[in-house]
Amino acid sequence: MDATFFLNVTSAGLLTGLVYGLMALGLSVIFGVMRVVNFAHGDMMVVAMYAAFLLFTKLGIQPVPALPLVAGGLFVLGYLLQRLVINRFLGATEHIQFLLLLSIAIIITNGVLMVFGPDARNIQLDASFESYSVGPLVLDKVRVIAAITAGGVAALLWAFFRYTTTGTAIRACADNPVGARVVGLNVEQLYAVTFGIGAACVGAAGCLLLLLVDVHPHLSSDYTLLGFIIVILGGLGSLGGALLGGILVGLSEALSGVLIAPSLKSMFSFGLLILVLLLRPQGILGKKP
Amino acid sequence: MSDNATIPSALHALTRRQFTAAAGAGALAASIGLPARSARAATPLKLGVLLPRSGHLALIGQACQRGAEIGLPMLRDLGYTIELMNADTESNPDVGRTQAEKLIREGAHMLMGCFDSATTLAVAGVAEQKGIPFVVNIAAEPKLTEQGFKYTFRNFPSAGMLGKGGLLLYKDMFAASGVTPKTAVLLHINDSFGMGMLAGINALMPKLDLPFQIVETIAYDPKARDLSIEVAKAKAAKADFVMTVTRLNDAILLVREMVKQQVDTMGITSPGSPGMYDKQFLKALGKYADFCSVNIPWFDPKQDMAGVLQKTFEKAYPDESCDLNVGFSFEGVLIAADAHKRAGSTDAAALTEALRATNLANRVMLGGAIKFEANGQNMNLKSAVVQNLGGKPTVVLPTESAEAKLVFPAPAFKSRG
Repeated sequence: MDATFFLNVTSAGLLTGLVYGLMALGLSVIFGVMRVVNFAHGDMMVVAMYAAFLLFTKLGIQPVPALPLVAGGLFVLGYLLQRLVINRFLGATEHIQFLLLLSIAIIITNGVLMVFGPDARNIQLDASFESYSVGPLVLDKVRVIAAITAGGVAALLWAFFRYTTTGTAIRACADNPVGARVVGLNVEQLYAVTFGIGAACVGAAGCLLLLLVDVHPHLSSDYTLLGFIIVILGGLGSLGGALLGGILVGLSEALSGVLIAPSLKSMFSFGLLILVLLLRPQGILGKKP
Repeated sequence: MSDNATIPSALHALTRRQFTAAAGAGALAASIGLPARSARAATPLKLGVLLPRSGHLALIGQACQRGAEIGLPMLRDLGYTIELMNADTESNPDVGRTQAEKLIREGAHMLMGCFDSATTLAVAGVAEQKGIPFVVNIAAEPKLTEQGFKYTFRNFPSAGMLGKGGLLLYKDMFAASGVTPKTAVLLHINDSFGMGMLAGINALMPKLDLPFQIVETIAYDPKARDLSIEVAKAKAAKADFVMTVTRLNDAILLVREMVKQQVDTMGITSPGSPGMYDKQFLKALGKYADFCSVNIPWFDPKQDMAGVLQKTFEKAYPDESCDLNVGFSFEGVLIAADAHKRAGSTDAAALTEALRATNLANRVMLGGAIKFEANGQNMNLKSAVVQNLGGKPTVVLPTESAEAKLVFPAPAFKSRG
């Protein structure tokens, strides 16, 4: 196996990792601000994938142009979910929150199963079979599109938290909810916006993942688990950590597939997770509690 | 949960008379000598059909279900009395075991299924325990007929038979094309079917004196979301052609990834696995599905019953594949109905003895009359080279059954318009 081969595999892992990172961003945002672990994360992503699938098959809108629509829809869904249901459980113990979100996840999975059935569905674009050749490098066109878009969405999210008043207010809620209330911030409203933003990230990731994988209702548990691996690796609550975790998982899957065995690539991600938990439990970019 | 209300709407729309008229079953019955209506057994056979209609094998499980149901009107018109009790194994052996027990409790006289080897083994265990005969429509796990089961009858090749039949056809392919590759890379799923096939291929390769060597073997999870690394590794092996052992979704991912990574070899061929002949595969990959070939048991173009079944199926399900899943599932029901007819009762022991004495020359798949050995295996099964040509799976070998000429080496992906 030569250097070109490793370069190709590494670039594929890096591109996939960026999309993984975007998917985990939503999980990290919600936990970072509200301290709620969203166990319905993968299920929301599957909803987004089906929404993108419908927009493509019924209206001919491709997943990347459909991204704002799907992300907007998921924002509304997340906002309402937080406002009407989750908000009532914010003070509850962690296992109650866990059961609540798990119930939501099961309802979503079964709802999707009832509507769409168990079959895997995919979309075919001209780009699905195309690749870019850069010297000896062969880059999958849809992976490049998905990774660039994921990077763009992550940058927008960072700018939102950094430069907007609402973003600053949300960060204030995350740092000190009592202080935020004292200065007159509507914390419940901001929590709902945060959950909406987290869901919108998942919506964006769902659109992009539809370019890479086929969607079926049982995909959700795989991606919820993957999201957790990524955010724990990178550091729960850290936006940069989620992206870094995604890239690490993408790269580790790619390289372990080559160096050990492709069928063991998921095992390698879990190995990496255990290693981080042992050596740096707060995650690579996480802060010590 | 078992349910008896799953007969597809397309079939509801067909009256028995219309069906018979369309299919020409009456003429067929006369020509192939099936039993007359007057000879039908008094009590209908309740056949418990266990298939993975949901879960990761749902697409193929539903294809099998269609195969089991499509021939019912024809069989009834031919004098067989049979009722299906359908159950979903959810692609899960534990669910399959529970469903089998439930079907037996609810009165099933015989079981049929289950497509995937792990579930079929679990159900065979239940059948043995309860003393209920079990007809295997599709499952290649060798243990099914090597473990001493008394009530299990398999009308499908074991992994070893599939492997041997499939591998021997490579010699015919190379002879017919005049091109003999020297190396191959093998990509295979790592479930019980895939590992059984791998063991069969590894054991048979040295014995069959094949002209090529497998230079790299790459295993992957059939539920894999992405096969880019596997394909990159296969590309790096620089083999003359690609051998695959797949199911449907992973076969689509695999070939799509080969197109993207420009892995042009002499061909993509399987020594005997599902996926590449499926309508979904053809639809998802379009022109890139062409020239992929599978060495697999297939419909016998010389059998009248096969033609009738295919026409009936295509009329009822124009968007679905009439493939070996349909053919073997139809034959599973036919075998059960025939045994019931000859046994003249629904007693488990009588049905088991009747199954053991099966001799069905009029069938739909290649290989000669269906007969079971002492271990419950039908040895009269034959593979064909089925190559996708013009968007249709086509028999290209053996020559006596060929519908078109084999294309090998396959044209490069980029040259396909």
